[in-house]
Amino acid sequence: MDQNTTTPLLEVRNLKKFFNTKQGLLKAVNNVSFEVKQGETLGIVGESGCGKSTTGRAILRLVEPTAGEVIFEGEDITAFRPDRVRAFRRDAQIIFQDPFASLDPRMSISEIIREPFEIFKLYSRNEQLERVQELMKLVGLSTKLTNSFPHELDGGRRQRVGVARALALDPKFIVCDEPVSALDVSIQAQILNLIQDLQDRLKLTYVFISHDLSVVRHISDRVAVMYLGKIVEITSYHNIFTNPQHPYTQALLSAIPIPKVDAKRERIILEGDVPSPVNPPRGCIFSGRCPFVMDKCREAPPALTETADGHFVACYLVNDTAEEPES
Amino acid sequence: MSETLLDIRDLRVTYQTEEGLVLAVDNLNLTLKKGETLGLVGETGAGKTTTALAVMQLVPNPPGTVESGEIWFNGENLLKKKNEEMRTVRGNQISMIFQDPMTSLNPVLTVGFQIEEAVMLHQKLTSKQAERQARDMLKLVGIPEGRAGDYPHEFSGGMRQRVGIAIALSCNPSLLIADEPTTALDVTIQAQVLDLMRRLRSEFGTSMILITHDLGVVAEVCDTVAIMYAGTVVETSDTRRLFTEPRHPYTQGLFGSIPSLDEEVTRLSPITGIMPDPTELPSGCRFHPRCPMAAEICSQRTPTMVPVEEGHNVHCMIYEGLVEAKKE
Repeated sequence: MDQNTTTPLLEVRNLKKFFNTKQGLLKAVNNVSFEVKQGETLGIVGESGCGKSTTGRAILRLVEPTAGEVIFEGEDITAFRPDRVRAFRRDAQIIFQDPFASLDPRMSISEIIREPFEIFKLYSRNEQLERVQELMKLVGLSTKLTNSFPHELDGGRRQRVGVARALALDPKFIVCDEPVSALDVSIQAQILNLIQDLQDRLKLTYVFISHDLSVVRHISDRVAVMYLGKIVEITSYHNIFTNPQHPYTQALLSAIPIPKVDAKRERIILEGDVPSPVNPPRGCIFSGRCPFVMDKCREAPPALTETADGHFVACYLVNDTAEEPES
Repeated sequence: MSETLLDIRDLRVTYQTEEGLVLAVDNLNLTLKKGETLGLVGETGAGKTTTALAVMQLVPNPPGTVESGEIWFNGENLLKKKNEEMRTVRGNQISMIFQDPMTSLNPVLTVGFQIEEAVMLHQKLTSKQAERQARDMLKLVGIPEGRAGDYPHEFSGGMRQRVGIAIALSCNPSLLIADEPTTALDVTIQAQVLDLMRRLRSEFGTSMILITHDLGVVAEVCDTVAIMYAGTVVETSDTRRLFTEPRHPYTQGLFGSIPSLDEEVTRLSPITGIMPDPTELPSGCRFHPRCPMAAEICSQRTPTMVPVEEGHNVHCMIYEGLVEAKKE
């Protein structure tokens, strides 16, 4: 986590992912831009349906972006042909949320971790098996489990298998999509430590997606807060707690119960539910629930603007710039 | 405030499974005073839900059996009650809110009817009166009464949980058991529901058992806490003392595992190892294989309850003076 490195490994520009649904056009990711520096962890936090997972998948082209650019090491991966995408997968991997669903129940642990080698025709059979053992040790799995099947393992160890598989091809970049959400708190802490240790040892760059702001803040260098398909605020992990600017970030923070007896805070209770991404509000996406809503908020969406060094906020209370109208 | 409402003594519940006999709850003692909210905390498989189901006499049988123990509620042992007698307790004197508001409501009945059903069963009301009561309950939990004729799928998750709360409180029970009531909800919706539960609890004077894995929720809502591990209670205390001076190594480990929202902690200190296999629980203290303080005796002897302070009890041999507390 070298703070001095400034080269972005990944740059996302105006990313959009729309889905056609029976109810109409669902704007899951709507004009999202951010960058991730070499060796850093960018956390993406938000509630269900805010588009955080779709963003994570779109930047790996696991879903095809509707529009926008994803620049990885200087090249726009959205323009890649299928064979280049395949090669890109060696550099960019993903760890999924549910280690109960993301591992093939009919494959042994060894086969699961080895599969990427088979796909890319790497190593001889013996080298592959050696490499599997190395990876298992790296993620803290006993090599006795080599021939076990996923159902024989508990959630924590299953997630370690998922991590080992993601690391098999020596990637530079990993999207961690809610990797600890399905785990109990004592096991969650073990996996978070593992993910941090691997970053230090292997110089990995992460996008870490979670609904849990405490987890995201703990593991990230910078945090992006998403709401209804848009990023409303990006800032350092430190600022997100000490100086949140967007009313949604403030409400989200105040809603999280802190495990302390004297954590007396002013609670902002938001009225109502998150609106449907099929028919989002015309102006600011948060205008329907915002306690500080003004007339102009209902007219045009505010632009995500840098308000202080590295602190971006999309709110008219902080900055008066509107988003450029869609062409 | 000091009168005991619920007193669970030496409860033991088992499930017969293909893998063997699962000891879901063993040697469990808990008390709840009138007007109090008790947080029942533990990880998956700790036996929290089984304990709640035992109080409600809803442990599925087979495969489950309440093998021994006593559950005293308002001076009566619920385990001695016949099925028909329990039916007048359940939903009336003790009611329950479930985790998943998506599956705990009947999808083919209107929410209004589901509340009416509860009040008509337990209170001698005409259907007109019941309908009125259902609409009042909906208003109380923040749902417009005009929506009484809507079906569960027409509501969001948070609204459905409000309906669950309305059903549970419709007969003004003296004990409400809420099993992870906000776990399936987003955090801003969780805040709404917790706020509602706090308000109604003081309005109705209901005693409550809140089952959760989230110590943050406990700090906000509960007066007392019981920490469970592998089927038994390891520590009980009032909330303040548990959060300022956790004594059991497992409780301390839980606190070390939680990422902090307001402090700078670069590395978590998790509990090592994994939850024990419920068909082959460790001998002696159930926590000893994962405990940083464990000594030889911990695998041989079951710890007894030690009061470390008034109202703060720990099941750990360190406090019996049998094991030395190591400084980590």
